[in-house]
Amino acid sequence: MFYRLSGIKHTRYASSRALWPVTTDRRIMQVLVALALLAPFFLSDLYLTSYMLPWLIWTAAALSLTLLMGMAGQLHFGFAAVLAIGAYTSIHLTRAGVPFEFALLGAGLMSAFIGVIFGAAALRVKGLYLVMATLAMQYLVEWVIVNVPAISGGAQATLSTPDVTFLFVPLQSDASLYYMALLWTVVVTLLLLNIKRSSFGRALVAVRDKDFAAAVIGVDPVKYKLLAFFAASFLGGVTGAILAFCYYQAVTPEQFGFNVSIQLVAMVLVGGLGSVIGAYLGAGFVLLLPIVLTNLLAFLATYEWIPISFNLIAHIPLMVYGALIIGVLLYEPLGLAKIYDNLRKYFVVWPFRHTQS
Amino acid sequence: MDIQFLIELIINGALTGLMYSLVALGIVLIYKSSGVPNLAQGAMVMIAAYLIWMFAHLLGVPIVFAILLAIVGMFLFGMLTERLLLRKMVGQPIIMVVMLTLGLESLLRGLGPGLLGASPKSLDLGLDMMPIIIGEVFINREYLVGGIIGGLMVAGALLFFRTRIGTKLRAVSDDHVSSWSVGISVERAVAISWGLAGISAVAAGAMWGSVQGVDWTLTALLFPAVAVVILGGLDSIYGVFVAGLIVGILGSVIPGYVDPLVGGGTRDVVTSLIILLTIIFRPHGIFGREDIERV
Repeated sequence: MFYRLSGIKHTRYASSRALWPVTTDRRIMQVLVALALLAPFFLSDLYLTSYMLPWLIWTAAALSLTLLMGMAGQLHFGFAAVLAIGAYTSIHLTRAGVPFEFALLGAGLMSAFIGVIFGAAALRVKGLYLVMATLAMQYLVEWVIVNVPAISGGAQATLSTPDVTFLFVPLQSDASLYYMALLWTVVVTLLLLNIKRSSFGRALVAVRDKDFAAAVIGVDPVKYKLLAFFAASFLGGVTGAILAFCYYQAVTPEQFGFNVSIQLVAMVLVGGLGSVIGAYLGAGFVLLLPIVLTNLLAFLATYEWIPISFNLIAHIPLMVYGALIIGVLLYEPLGLAKIYDNLRKYFVVWPFRHTQS
Repeated sequence: MDIQFLIELIINGALTGLMYSLVALGIVLIYKSSGVPNLAQGAMVMIAAYLIWMFAHLLGVPIVFAILLAIVGMFLFGMLTERLLLRKMVGQPIIMVVMLTLGLESLLRGLGPGLLGASPKSLDLGLDMMPIIIGEVFINREYLVGGIIGGLMVAGALLFFRTRIGTKLRAVSDDHVSSWSVGISVERAVAISWGLAGISAVAAGAMWGSVQGVDWTLTALLFPAVAVVILGGLDSIYGVFVAGLIVGILGSVIPGYVDPLVGGGTRDVVTSLIILLTIIFRPHGIFGREDIERV
């Protein structure tokens, strides 16, 4: 039925190297890509700009963090600072007249160079201590951004993004912004899917699993930890720039606060550590579900079907968000990707029962 | 740039630092017994302050009894948290546990203000508002009381670890498996340490609530408390006291001189730098045990 595995014979290298060897997986991907491409035609502008667009961009951010946390095993609780560096760099570059394409590159490089400094802590400590060190650096970056007027334009200021073009396409309409975000998310997704199959990805996994064992077999942990921070911060920086230009369009330091860092880590963990599809599920879950539930409750409250005060409604997204994290961690510590995987395994041998695995 | 200003900064800083120790004590108590870094302690302080406010101002209980009721409530809350949430996370990677406590933090941060109102509430402990003046140095009376209570709580925790239950807790903190094998209930010990953290949250909530009012900003105390805990060593109660003084004094003296030059917010920077430098040069802190994993 679904996901038929029995017909797969890897008689050629090309077929065993394929990203999706199973036909059904490939078809699902084709349908999803087609839906994503056609989204501006069947979704209303509201849904496109306030649900799809942020979901895509936050997925790209979560994927960047997945590269670091899932594959390289380094904890990072200051990723919002990396996004902020990218956002501010790109804005200042475009304001100085640099084309948007190069501003994106510049944002990525700037974030990567500062991100490697975060990585310096990872060379010394790991686990909880790395969490605390990156957390402290998040505060430092935030403070620098707020207190250097040349960067933020003053403590209370908002910087609006200038109008730009990407590859001769002006990025003004909702659809063009959406396609820009979609393009970047697809690029990051393909990169992450393929990185697992490259020597770089395998070296990262070796360092993650046992760094001194990796050193024994000739994988330099120092080099690969720093490279992981460099690569993830580069992706994060470009994502930050995309976030600023495609979604926020006016940037304040508060948009990249400590809570955003926590939210990103939550997306990665709720989705499933180290899983690409998990980043999509986690970002959607953490970002959209609290909004949807709150809208539902507000709807019920306006018709007075449930007695609930508006003060409480204002705080429900936060509570739902916390409860979701707790719930997923307790119920399925491997994340939403594992739930998807279980479903997929069920259909692999459908209509028979899957044996215990 | 006179000496009185400096003395004032040092004394008030030290007292603030001891009040940070009140928050930090809860984190250390939990980490010591179970190895769980409780990043929800700031939110527990907030909930404790809300509880005291609720008992005192909504139910009209005298403030002393309100605090006692809050102590009972937070002790039960701590034990319940351990029973319902943390016990299921045994054996999971540290990042999962950290994220769980952060999830609890968000939940509580929404729950308290959501149920009891988001506007800041004043918590009146019946303290005199006038500062104490020694020579020409002004000392904030609330900070003084808070500092004394901070010192007393640390001393109390040290004494507690000499009692029978405290000895059990120390055994559990040394080695879970061998305490199990000599018949100590590790689960109960961990639950008690969560309850104790709840009690220290009540002390912190009462003092900080009376200083800066009761609202969600109390959860922001987590950050200086983390600095205290990291600097002092994650499993040292002496460390909480000494590091509290250091973090408090540095976090008061440096902003006192630097803030007018750069326009504020230096306190967070000092706290961040304390965390960073401690982790880079002495990851186990001043008094912490050295068995931390190195690269």
